[in-house]
Amino acid sequence: MWQHVLTIFIASALINNFVFSRYLGLCIFFGVTKKMETSIGMSFTFTTVMLISASLNWLIYNYVMVPYHLGFLKIVIFIGVIAAFVQAADTIMKKVAPALYYKLGIYLALIVTNCVILAVPLLNADENYSLFESMAMAVGSGLGFSLALIIMASIREKLELADVPRSFQGLPISFVLTGLIALAFLGFSGMITL
Amino acid sequence: MYEQLISILIQTLTHALNIVANKLVPLAEAGGSAAAGTVPASTVYVTLIVLAGLGVVFGVALAIVAARFVVKVDPKVEQVRETLPGANCGACGFAGCMGYAEAVVGNPDVAVHMCAPGKAAVAEKIAVITGKKAEKVEPKIARVFCQGGTSLSQRKFIYTGVKDCTAAVLAAGGDKSCEYGCLGYGTCMRACPFGAITMSGDNLPIINPDKCTACGKCVAACPKQVIELAQMSKAVVISCHSRDKGIDVKKKCQVGCIACGICVRTCPVDAIKLENNLARIDHGKCIVCGLCVKKCPTSAIYDYIPVRSKAFIDPAKCVGIDVCEKVCPVNAISGAVREVHRVDQSKCIGCGMCAPRCPKKAIDMVQASSGAGRQKHVKAQESVRA
Repeated sequence: MWQHVLTIFIASALINNFVFSRYLGLCIFFGVTKKMETSIGMSFTFTTVMLISASLNWLIYNYVMVPYHLGFLKIVIFIGVIAAFVQAADTIMKKVAPALYYKLGIYLALIVTNCVILAVPLLNADENYSLFESMAMAVGSGLGFSLALIIMASIREKLELADVPRSFQGLPISFVLTGLIALAFLGFSGMITL
Repeated sequence: MYEQLISILIQTLTHALNIVANKLVPLAEAGGSAAAGTVPASTVYVTLIVLAGLGVVFGVALAIVAARFVVKVDPKVEQVRETLPGANCGACGFAGCMGYAEAVVGNPDVAVHMCAPGKAAVAEKIAVITGKKAEKVEPKIARVFCQGGTSLSQRKFIYTGVKDCTAAVLAAGGDKSCEYGCLGYGTCMRACPFGAITMSGDNLPIINPDKCTACGKCVAACPKQVIELAQMSKAVVISCHSRDKGIDVKKKCQVGCIACGICVRTCPVDAIKLENNLARIDHGKCIVCGLCVKKCPTSAIYDYIPVRSKAFIDPAKCVGIDVCEKVCPVNAISGAVREVHRVDQSKCIGCGMCAPRCPKKAIDMVQASSGAGRQKHVKAQESVRA
């Protein structure tokens, strides 16, 4: 069982990396990778929110939705759970840890409607993962996303000084870069054979 | 009005319910073998109950969290934040406008005039909100200490790299022969959050005094330290940073300071000194008379006052004390003792040295462009002569 959890963890972080293999979460990916500082802040917040929201959604899916055959309401309910949890976290953090709130609070609002955060509980539900498997999937996806953010930020900071043709400056060259990194990530696909 | 709305709502609801009811199979008939394409009634009810239940649970939980973890925000902080320009430039030294708003309300030692973009107007408003005292602050502006544009200065090689000063400076300190001068690739222009800097045709930054807020972003961005923050009222500036010897400066740039010392001898208040082959104005002493600007052989001194006001003697007040005549550095004032003196407007450079010396306060400095004041004086002088 633990071996399976580890497999899911590695698979979701590298082989099925959300940015480079599934092409999800690109809005935040291009938005915050202009600076290393914001990317690191986003990575922390993202992984934490991902873990907690995946666990919460697993509980609600398995103890409320499955018994009442409400699988078709996955999207609606998961979005509601995530929004409520993030809003609560925002309020609590502001009171308990104001310093942390001012560092990371701005990313919380961006995360509420992020597709990766929604995709993880949806995939967990589709695959009928256990709680630990779901959590491994969440942490793996979060770290995979962080890896993508940090790789991209470190390249884009150097890109500022590069002599990029006018028509490619800004977002276009970033998309080209993402494609190249995605090609490199393709190399992970043979890592695990079942 | 409301009755109509409610009736429309009820009609829509009943219509929707009818559609649903036609699809529903009674609970008893369903019994696990519902016909294809129909939804068991139980599912609809359970869906509604579960969704409503989750909604209530989340709502109550959020309400409890909001009440339990309420953070009291001083209404003054919000007021100050609305007053601030919201540029988040960081010139105040705090993390954004919100950071400064909290600090200035919460900390009695934080002054109200820290916001450079807001200038005096915002400082006064913050003073009113926080009950602190607004101190008069001399407004500052960014000044460019180089006039050697492309046409007036030499290049030591042809630079074809990234058009950015921070990149150009990596290549042997930039392509300009003068190692103290502006490289002209516009890094300051891109750093300015207020759009106050434009690049001239000669590749020199021009600072718009109306837009410049003295936030200091350009000062930090310039790799050659060509831009400095200076007091706005001290409008005469030695616009050169070159510490090369005069002969070397001449080879590299036509408008550099060659440390000839003419300005030092010209200055009536001894405000200029030569240090390291560069003339420096002590702005505490400088009276912005503009004499040095006229005398500088390489035009390295720049006068930021576009049109200087000129001296006019009020003939009704003048009793012929010749202090003004003696004090005038360009011999523009003439007249016999105990008779009305006159100012030769073609000679007057508007330095303003005579006005404060007149014991009868008979001399006014009048902006040349403001025709009304000038006409009044000219007419008065003519009437005296007639």
